[in-house]
Amino acid sequence: MRPDSATTAHLAHHFESLEKQQHAARLGMWLFLATEVLLFTVLFAGYAVYRYLFGPDFAAASRSLATWIGLVNTVVLVTSSFTVAMGFHRISIGDGKGTRNLFFLSVLLGFVFLGFKYVEYSHHFLAGELPGRYFTSTVNAGPGAPLFWALYFLITGLHGVHVVIGMTVLAVVGWKAGRGAYSREYHVPVELAGLYWHLVDLIWIFVFPLIYLI
Amino acid sequence: MNPSPASEAGYATRNYLNLPATGLRSWLRTLDHKRIGVMFLVAVSVAFALGGFFALLIRLELLTPGPTVMDAMTYNRVFTLHGVIMIFLFMIPAIPSGFGNFLLPIMLGAKDVAFPRLNLLSFYIYLAGAAVAIWGMIHGGADTGWTFYTPYSTTTTTRVVPVLLGAFIIGFSSILTGLNFIVTTHTMRAPGMGWGRIPLFVWGIYATSIIQVLATPVLGMALLLVAVENAFGWGIFDPARGGDPVLFQHFFWFYSHPAVYIMILPAMAVISEVVCAFARKNIFGYKAIAYSSLGIAFVGFFTWGHHLFTSGQSTLTGGIFGVLTMFVGVFTAIKVFNWTATLYRGSISFKTPFAYFVGFLFFLVFGGMTGVALATLSLDVHWHDTYFVVAHFHFIMVGATVMGFLAALHYWWPKITGRMYHEGWGLVGSVLVVLGFNFTFIPQFLLGNEGMPRRYFSYPERYWALNVASTAGASVLAFGLVLVLVVILVSLRWGRAAGPNPWGSAGFEWNTPSPPPPENYHETPVFTRGPHEYHHEEPGGSPPAGPEPKA
Repeated sequence: MRPDSATTAHLAHHFESLEKQQHAARLGMWLFLATEVLLFTVLFAGYAVYRYLFGPDFAAASRSLATWIGLVNTVVLVTSSFTVAMGFHRISIGDGKGTRNLFFLSVLLGFVFLGFKYVEYSHHFLAGELPGRYFTSTVNAGPGAPLFWALYFLITGLHGVHVVIGMTVLAVVGWKAGRGAYSREYHVPVELAGLYWHLVDLIWIFVFPLIYLI
Repeated sequence: MNPSPASEAGYATRNYLNLPATGLRSWLRTLDHKRIGVMFLVAVSVAFALGGFFALLIRLELLTPGPTVMDAMTYNRVFTLHGVIMIFLFMIPAIPSGFGNFLLPIMLGAKDVAFPRLNLLSFYIYLAGAAVAIWGMIHGGADTGWTFYTPYSTTTTTRVVPVLLGAFIIGFSSILTGLNFIVTTHTMRAPGMGWGRIPLFVWGIYATSIIQVLATPVLGMALLLVAVENAFGWGIFDPARGGDPVLFQHFFWFYSHPAVYIMILPAMAVISEVVCAFARKNIFGYKAIAYSSLGIAFVGFFTWGHHLFTSGQSTLTGGIFGVLTMFVGVFTAIKVFNWTATLYRGSISFKTPFAYFVGFLFFLVFGGMTGVALATLSLDVHWHDTYFVVAHFHFIMVGATVMGFLAALHYWWPKITGRMYHEGWGLVGSVLVVLGFNFTFIPQFLLGNEGMPRRYFSYPERYWALNVASTAGASVLAFGLVLVLVVILVSLRWGRAAGPNPWGSAGFEWNTPSPPPPENYHETPVFTRGPHEYHHEEPGGSPPAGPEPKA
């Protein structure tokens, strides 16, 4: 291997080539994403079980949600994934500033998503649509309703935490990209940050129909 | 650590123990997989001693039918502590994070694991989780048993949440280590190290890592749900609010049954190495052992229902889970037959690690066969939650896994420390451990068969004699383990230098000096043969030359 200055700066001592190192980083990220999927799988499985046990209650509670907010949030997240993908494209042609701008735009869209989530949550709090023993709502108050709200807050809450983590990652990586930390040859952190954001997006693609539509 | 003269023959002075520095700071901030492995080994050994101490308290309490040394509530806390410490703090990380960390990169010819920083982080996450769990145990202590079954765990007044969070945090350590090993095995192999040349230890650790990565998040989430339920009453597992407590059992065992294979597969991996080294013979069926590890890892994900035979699941479901469980027996038998076939016409050298192999084989077969019996639905209804189950899983968890751990400790001790322990005392220790173990747990099979339930504080007088026998056996076992500890600690100071390959083993890790240098090999090795190939399969045959340095 003939090292050039662009690659040697990022090559860790225990790897023989940058190519292998980046392959390792990608593989590690995909495995990590698999663990994230399994984390949510538990909640989805719980949702499936209780939906089966309390079908009508879950359907009624689900219909009481503002579908348009869920839809807008879906569009917002899909758009943010698009801007992240464009940001990755910018760095692969060596444009770190372009990456920064597009990643910051994605973070902005993340804030829009969280804003809508805040509107929804405050509505639920006022209406007493809360989990377990905190449930005080009088409409759609079947025996399964407190469980629906428990799962609703667990699933969307955990997803929200992931959105915040993803935004932080995008902000940091975007900022570093703007300062020229990555190049056309070396930009694996940009790729990994993008992968994480796409996963957060993808999980929402499952959450939206599960909670709002069916 | 090593006061002997630096010039002693056979002791590599340029090694990972004294480079880059010997101070505590350099250890706590190290990224060297060997040092992290050693730190894990020290930590899990402390946990093992602590868990063993609680085991002795349990046996002491059960020495007489009524109250002996503690009240019922203390007893409940003690057996919970014993289970939580042994499973989450000792057995799950013991072989993968300890020996796996030390050996896996060396065996693959790599300089380190793929993500050294993540590796160190894994160690600190383990310590943090252990601290949280132990803090909870001291301040209140959970009394639910290590299984945290709902609805009891969500209503108990003992401090169960910190213990749950501790186990949850340790789970991340397990995930990170598994992830690291999978990536390392895929990307860090030295030239010539094809998939067909990977040592069987690495295959076992690789299969373990897959389970760690895929199953642990499920446990994490399930424990978190119990904590939420216990602290806030969200109703997920609370029947009064429509929740289903049995759902927790499904979530819990979806992880915790595969976790049994997280504990036993690494021990099997150790044994595959030990049996070749001390029979001085290539493994009988390399592919059979490698693939059966993956087979166990795979089928282990579809057996969790055998813990729910009496939890109201349908007879058909129970039967299906029973049959799926028996597949584990098939894969395990494949391994057992391959190990014993390796012995055939080998040149056996009956050293301490081999003694543990013999113990391991007996315990695994005995524990495995009682496992198949327990997987039989009609029999399990009789044995469910009795001491028969306790004896069965201790045969696998203590019998097989701890024998594997001790075999690994003795086999690789010269590599890790550069020193030989006293062979005669090592053998005495192994005999005490194996005999003590038998005396402890064979009576428990009989007790369970007669109907003594597990986790009870007292028992009728007709169970007295066998309980005394079990407690007596436990004291022999404890004495044997203390002796083992003394023997290996003594060797640190007074043991003779081991040299690179004291066993004449063909394993790749023996081609580096003992203790290995920080970069493992002075030059990147090139592998030209399989990991267990002995040229001369006759008495005293020598292993072939190791990986040749690159020209």
